[in-house]
Order: sequence, then C-alpha cells, then structure tokens
Amino acid sequence: MEVGDVALTIAFVVLAVVAVAGAGGVLVARNIFHSALFLVLVFVAVAGLYITLSADFIAAIQVLVYAGAVAVLLLFAIMLTHDSVQGNPWGRFAGPAFFVAALVATVVILVVVQTVWPAVPAVPSEPTSTRIANALFNHWVLPFEVASVVLLAALVGAIVLAREETDVP
Amino acid sequence: MWLELGNLIGSLINQLTFLPDWVRFLISGLIGIVGILLLVVVGQLITLYWERKLIAQFQVRTGLMRVGWHGTLQPIADALKVLLKEDIVPNRADKVVFSLAPVAALVPILLSFAVYPFGPSTILRDLNIGILYALAIASTSVIGVFMAGWSSNNKFALIGAMRTVAQMVGYEVPLVLSVVGVILLTGLLPGAPVQVSPLSTIAIVNLQAQLHAPLFVVQPLGLLVYFIAQLAELNRTPFDIMEAENELTAGYHTEYSGFRFAIFYLAEYTAALGFCILLSTLFFGGWLLFGLENFVPPVLVVLGKAFFFFSVLVWIRATLPRLRIDQLMGFCWKFLVPLALANVIITGLVVAIWPNDLAVIPMVALAVVEWAALFAALWLAGGARPRQKVVRVPPRRLVSPLGDMRPGEI
Repeated sequence: MEVGDVALTIAFVVLAVVAVAGAGGVLVARNIFHSALFLVLVFVAVAGLYITLSADFIAAIQVLVYAGAVAVLLLFAIMLTHDSVQGNPWGRFAGPAFFVAALVATVVILVVVQTVWPAVPAVPSEPTSTRIANALFNHWVLPFEVASVVLLAALVGAIVLAREETDVP
Repeated sequence: MWLELGNLIGSLINQLTFLPDWVRFLISGLIGIVGILLLVVVGQLITLYWERKLIAQFQVRTGLMRVGWHGTLQPIADALKVLLKEDIVPNRADKVVFSLAPVAALVPILLSFAVYPFGPSTILRDLNIGILYALAIASTSVIGVFMAGWSSNNKFALIGAMRTVAQMVGYEVPLVLSVVGVILLTGLLPGAPVQVSPLSTIAIVNLQAQLHAPLFVVQPLGLLVYFIAQLAELNRTPFDIMEAENELTAGYHTEYSGFRFAIFYLAEYTAALGFCILLSTLFFGGWLLFGLENFVPPVLVVLGKAFFFFSVLVWIRATLPRLRIDQLMGFCWKFLVPLALANVIITGLVVAIWPNDLAVIPMVALAVVEWAALFAALWLAGGARPRQKVVRVPPRRLVSPLGDMRPGEI
C-alpha cells in the first residue's frame, strides 16, 4: 500500500466519522440552533468525501451552496422563529415516530447491503467541470431548464406569499 | 528562475534526496502554510498601521505618533494589549458556540489563501477548481459571524449578525456571477478546458500573460461588479451596516473582548488582504507588471498590488458614508445582478462567436462593448434622471461684518 493510499484512507475515515457524528449531533441536540450547526459540519464533511472521490467541482459546489447558502438560510429561519431556543420538546408521537424511523432505517440498510457497488480504480484528479457542463447542457438540458423554471416559480410564489397586501397601488 | 520564491524553495527541498517523496511533499506544504500564516500576521500589523495612518491623513490629522517612530510600534503594542485583556464570556451566553465562533470566522478565510498565486510556482496548491474553491470557502465565514451574534445573547449582536447575513447572502450572487466572465475567457487558453482547468488561478494569470494586458481592459463590467460585491462581503464602509456604531454598538462582536475579539479583527483584515490579492490576480495581472516580474521577485509584485488596492479600500472608507439596508439590498438586486448578467451574456457571445481564439479582433470587440456597457450602466444609474434646475440662493450673512475689519488685521 502506497503512502498516498494510506493518506486517502485516513482522510476518508476522519471525514466519515465527522459526517456520521455530525448527523448524530443533528438528531440528539435539543437546541435547534446547535442542530443546524451540526448540519453545517455534515455538509463540510460530505464535501471532503467528494474530494476523496476526485469530484472536486461537486465538492466546491457543495460548500458554496449547502454550507454557504442553504445552511445560512436555515439559521436565518431559526432566528426568525418564535421561541426557537427551546427546540423540540418530547411529544406524544415518540413511539410511532421511532417505529417509522426504524422501518426506513431497515429499508436503507437492506438496500446498502444488497446492492453490488461497482468499484472503479482511483483516477488522478482531472478537471471534471467540463464533463459536468457537457452532461448538464447537452444531454440533460431539458431537466436542467425545467428545474430552473420550477425554482423560479417557487421564488415568485414565496414573494407573493410574503408580501403584505396594501391598498395603495 | 531564481527570483521565483516557489522555485527557490522547491529546489532547496529537492536537495534533501535522502528523504522519501511524501516527507518532502509534507515539508513543502508546511513551508507554504507557515509562509501564509506569517504573511497574514505581518500583513495584519502593517495594514492596521497603514489604515490608521492613511485615514488620519485623509482627515488632516497626524494619527499614530506616540509609540515608536511615527507610531510604527503601535500595532505591536495593541496586539500585546489585546492578548493581556481579560477574556469575558457573558453569563447567559451559549459558551461553546461563543468560543467557537471566532475560529469559524477566521479558518475559512485562511483556507482560501491556499489558491492565491504569488508567482508562477509560488502557490500552496494550484487546484483545478481554484477560483471556485476560494469563493466557496470564503463564503462559509459568515457562519462564524452568525454563531457570534446568536450565542452572545445580546439583541444588538443578533441584529448585527442578521444584517450581515442578509447582506452577505445577497451579495454572493453578483460576486460569483462577476467571475464567470473571467472563467469564460480562461476557457479560451490553448489546452483548456481539458489539460488546463479554466478555474485554476494560475491559468487566469497565464491568460493575462497571453493577452499582454490585464483582464480589466476586456472585463470592466466584471471588475466593477466584483469590486463592489466583494467590498460588501468584507463588510467594510460603505457596506458596514452590521456594525453601525450609532445603531448597534459594535454589531455581532459586541460581547467579545480580548483575544477572541482580536481573532474577529484578524479575520476581517485577512479577508481584506485576500480580497486585494484575488483582485490583482483576477483583473490586474497577478504577478505580471509590464515585464517588471523578470527583475523583481513576483511575490513582491503581487504584494505591492495588494497593498495598493488596500490603500484604495482605505480611501473608499475615508470618503463614502454608510448606506441604509434597503438601499444596500436594492443596489445589489437591481443594479449589480443585472450588470453581472449582462457581463456574462456579452462575454459569452464573444466566446461563442470566436471559439478557441484569443486573437486581437474578438478581444478588441469585447473591450469596446464592455466599456460601452459600463458607461451606459453608470449613466443610467447616475446621470439619466431629469436634471433639476439649481436655484442659487445668494448667501445671507447672519452676523453683520465687524465694520471694515478683515480677519488677521488688527
């Protein structure tokens, strides 16, 4: 085993542990603000995992969009929410929720175990942005544009909902 | 070339042939990291002194004069003072988040220095995604600000943090869009986009070497949008509503003192320094300066440009008053974003009409259209309003003059 492979394995283990621990923190933390901060940690660790897979472009986008924008909007929403510091108190639905969560977990674990994961040999980092751009703007251009139209509709809808009604034109 | 710092260090490390490759790789990385930290700390002391001195000159004061020759030792005294201060954590603060916040604000900015080129080979790592990496990492610094404002358990800190975040999330859109033009042009380099990644910061400077001109000549719209948007990301005047002293005491770091406050300060000035380096890389030719880079170490050229742009930042701070938050957001969405999109469309059209070509005609066409668009935009934004007639009121004296006596004549 070469030194580079050892370093890659160490990086993977550290990032995976951080990601899983962060995800656990999101669940366990009683304070919802802390949960959101743990979520940021998960996003960053997942970006690191993308880098170990030579997907550098996706990693940068993950940091830019998820850690930089989505997480911040989440924190913003929490701050604007009344009594957000109290977090989630225990509810009557703890039992049913546990049951559903256990079902979902079983399905996910079964899928992960039963799938034959295709393993490719490690490739040296090369610019991936060109191939992603070709895929997005040539082959998958229609879904891409439809997604942007859907986002635009959501944006306009949010503005319509948030605007106060005024009599003055 | 011996002037190039990266080559010098690289050849020195290659002398250590008795070490395995990976140890040499580690050593070179460590040297780069230590170099960047040194640059950041020394740069902090120098920029701090320079800003206070320059502001004083703009306001016709002498500024720092007491400690050392013309106050040159003042930054060191300040650093010592701040280190010796008591570390106060408010009683009802969220203590863990409170103490992690300065780190979360500083670390992303330090990380972004990894891709700033100080010379053809003086760079910590020439990533394939260089410029995107720098923008992405630096944008997460806002989470530290958020943590500080929320954990302080202080209304002013919270309002300051919310203003900052609203501003930074908004201005991120034109910031990223403004760099797209540069990346589109870098895609015209020979070998791009397969062998040379158009996102690499070294490739951006190489493009300017091929053009024999800094990029602001063909990307003035991009420069304008990038400069203003990055200024807003830095939260410097005129965009410093998040620490508007008369409304918010000190904004998100109201409750911070001592060393933790110093780290926020360091983060702010490091971000400013990084912005100056990135600005000179993207639009002003990086280490290139009309052939001077062959006689002077390229590191000095980059740092000299960065220092010049830092002075421009101080100049802006001394000149412009603070904006209001609605003006700020309106300016972002109604002026900067359309301008950035226009820049993308113009550059994209030129690249689409003359693909794989860095010839004179397309570049001149691009420059002409961009400059015309820039002046049109500025005219529409500033001068296009109907001119109001200025009614001159003759000055009236409130106090009658003292006889025929003129000042200084007794």
